[in-house]
Amino acid sequence: MRIAFFATCLADTLFPEAAKATVRLLERLGHEVVFPFEQTCCGQMHINTGYQKEALPLVKRYASTFDPYDVIVVPSGSCAGSIRHQHAMVASAYGDAGLAARSESVAARTYELSELLIDVLGIEDVGAYYPHRVTYHPTCHSLRMIRVGDKPLRLLRKVRGLDLVELPGAEQCCGFGGTFAVKNAETSTAMLADKMTSIVSTGADVCTAGDTSCLMHIGGGLNRLRTGVKTVHLAEILASTEYS
Amino acid sequence: MTFLGMPVTAPRGVGHLRGDQPFPEAAREALGNSQLRRNLRHATTTIRGKSGRVIAELPDWQQLRDAGSAIKADVMSRLPELLEQLEERVTAAGGVVHWAADANEANAIVTDLVRRTGSERVIKVKSMATQEIGLNEALEAAGITPVETDLAELIVQLGDDKPSHILVPAIHRNRSEIREIFLRAMPGVDPALTDDPPVLAAAARRYLRETFLSTKVAVSGANFAIADTGTLGVVESEGNGRMCLTLPDTLITVMGIEKVLPTWGDLEVFLQLLPRASTGERMNPYTTMWTGVTPGDGPQNFHLVLLDNGRSAVLADPAGRSALHCIRCSACLNVCPVYERTGGHSYGSVYPGPIGAVLSPQLTGVADNASLPYASSLCGACFDACPVKIDIPSMLVHLRNKVPHPPAERAAMAAAARIMNRPRLYASAQRAAKMARIVGRRGRGLPPPLSGWTAGRDLPEFPKQTFRDWWAQREQP
Repeated sequence: MRIAFFATCLADTLFPEAAKATVRLLERLGHEVVFPFEQTCCGQMHINTGYQKEALPLVKRYASTFDPYDVIVVPSGSCAGSIRHQHAMVASAYGDAGLAARSESVAARTYELSELLIDVLGIEDVGAYYPHRVTYHPTCHSLRMIRVGDKPLRLLRKVRGLDLVELPGAEQCCGFGGTFAVKNAETSTAMLADKMTSIVSTGADVCTAGDTSCLMHIGGGLNRLRTGVKTVHLAEILASTEYS
Repeated sequence: MTFLGMPVTAPRGVGHLRGDQPFPEAAREALGNSQLRRNLRHATTTIRGKSGRVIAELPDWQQLRDAGSAIKADVMSRLPELLEQLEERVTAAGGVVHWAADANEANAIVTDLVRRTGSERVIKVKSMATQEIGLNEALEAAGITPVETDLAELIVQLGDDKPSHILVPAIHRNRSEIREIFLRAMPGVDPALTDDPPVLAAAARRYLRETFLSTKVAVSGANFAIADTGTLGVVESEGNGRMCLTLPDTLITVMGIEKVLPTWGDLEVFLQLLPRASTGERMNPYTTMWTGVTPGDGPQNFHLVLLDNGRSAVLADPAGRSALHCIRCSACLNVCPVYERTGGHSYGSVYPGPIGAVLSPQLTGVADNASLPYASSLCGACFDACPVKIDIPSMLVHLRNKVPHPPAERAAMAAAARIMNRPRLYASAQRAAKMARIVGRRGRGLPPPLSGWTAGRDLPEFPKQTFRDWWAQREQP
C-alpha cells in the first residue's frame, strides 16, 4: 500500500528516531512510504492556545498537502485528534465551506499509527523484537479524542522479548497539555510527579506512548530526576527487530 | 456600550465569579499545601470510585446521557417560552415570581422580601446561585443573619471560608480542622468536642435543629423547575434542606433561569443521572418537590426569583451555550487532574473545576476570567464523566480563542505560524534552533516565559539531523 507520512513538527525536529522508525516499520511490512515535503505542522498548538485564525494557513496546508493520498499515517494521537476534530471547525470559522469539506475528507483518511496497523493493514504481530521491561502510557488524546482503545497494547503484546507491565493510574493525564506545561508549569509538574511515581513503581526500563509530545514531557522529568527510565515512542519499539 | 436587548454579563463588584488573582498564581499556593493535596486526593479518589461503580450498574448510562443532553438542548432553544410558562403555573399555584437581571437585582429582591417578613434571620438550603450572587453578604449588610444549614456549607460559613467544590464545599477541610472551626465559631458548642465524625455531626445537628425551629424565613436554590406544572425541586442528602423547605412560613427560592425543564416526565432522566454522577448514590436521599403554596401545609408564602446574571449572554453563543446544561453534579471536578491538585479556591469563582473554567468566563465575559480557559491540560476526562455530555474541552478551546492575548505571545504565535507555513523557512528555522541550543545555554534553563518547563524537566537533546534532512539524504529503497 502507498502510505503518505505526516511526521509531525515535533518528531521531525526533535524526535526524528520516532519518525524514522515509522518509515522503517511500514517499509518492512512491504508498504511504500511517501513523505511530502510541503508538510510542516498540524496547527494544534495554535488552535489550543487560542489562535485559530493564525492556524488557518496550517489547516489549509495540511489539507492541500495530503489530499492527493488515500491513506495518511501520523505517529501521534494528539495530532490525529486535532486533524480529525479541529481542522474542519477552524476551516468553517475562518476559511470557507470548500476547505471545511476538504479538511473533513482528508481527516477521514488520516490514521494514527496503531489505527493504521490494526484497522487498515489488519496486523497485530509486526514481527518486532524488543527485550525490555516496558510500561505503556495511553496519552489523553489517543485515548479520549480518537479512542484508540487497547490497539497499542495489542501491538505491544505481540512483540517478542518484551515484558509488558501495567501502569497504575494509566488513564490519568501526564500533565503536558501543550502550552499548559508552560502557562501552568507548577500544576503540570505536580501532575508529572504522580505520573513518574507510577512509572517508576512498575520497575520498567522503558515507558512508551503514541505521542512524542507527552514523552518529551515525561522523559524530561524522568531524566531530570535521573530515574534511569527511558521514554521511547511506540513506533521505535515496533520497528525493532533482532537484526537491527 | 450596551444596546437594548443585548445580553449583558454578570456585573463586577458583587458576588463570587471573579478571583483576586489569575489561576496559575492561586494554584502555585495551593500546590504547596500538602494537607490540602492529601484531603483532595483522598476525597476525589473516593468519590470517583463510588460513582464509577454505580454507573457501571446501568446498562443504559450512555443513552441516559444522550437523553439528558437532548432535553437540555431543547430547553435552551426555547428558554423564554418555558420561563413564561413556569411563571404562569407558579403564580396560578399561589407563588410570586420575580425576575432578576443580575446579582444586584436578585440581592435587592430577596433582602426586601426578608425585611417585609420582619425576620432578622434566614435559614439557607445549600445553593450555588445564592453563592454566585453573594446573597449572604447582601443580607448581612442589611442586618439579616443568614445561617447555612448544609453541614459542609455551615463548616465553610463558620470558618469564614470559601466553598471549594460545588457539591462538597468543605472538601478541602479534614475532621480535625472542622473540630477547630466548630469550637471557635459554633454558638453553644460543647467544649469537650472531639474530631470523631458522628460527634461533629451531632454538634451541628443540635445547633441546626434549634435554628430550624426558631426561624420563619428560608432561602433556597433549585435543582429543577417544571414549566408544565410549576413545580420546584431540590435534591440533597442530609434532610436539612427539607427542614428549610417545609418548616418556615416564608420560602424564597433563587434559581438560575437555565434550571427549567419542560415536563415532570423529564425528571425521570435527571434523577437517574444526578445522584450516580455526583455522590455515587443509586437514588437521591432527600428529594423535595413543591408547587406554589398548599394551604395548611408547608410555607404559606412562596417567592421564586429567576436569575439571569450573565446567562443570556452565555445562551447567545452557540459554541458556549451548552455550559448552561450543567446540573451541578461535580463529576468533572472529581475526575479532573488539575482540580485534584489545585483545589477549588484556585479558580477564584464559586464554580471551580472544568465546568467553572467554561462557565465563569462566559458569565463574566472572558476578559474578567482570562486565565480560566487555560486551567486545563485538555485531557478530556471531564467530557467523558459529564452526565449531560457537555464537551468541555472543545468549549475551552473555543473560549481561549476569545481571550485577549498578551501582545508578546500574540507576536510569537503569529511568527511561528508564518514560519510553519513556509516549508523552506521552516527547515532553516529547525537548523537555527539547533544552533541556538549549541551556542546558547547548553544546559537546563530556558528564558521566560518558557522557564516553567525547565524548572521541572530537562529539554531533549537536539538530534544531529532532522527527519526531513534524513529523508532528503537517504537512498530511496
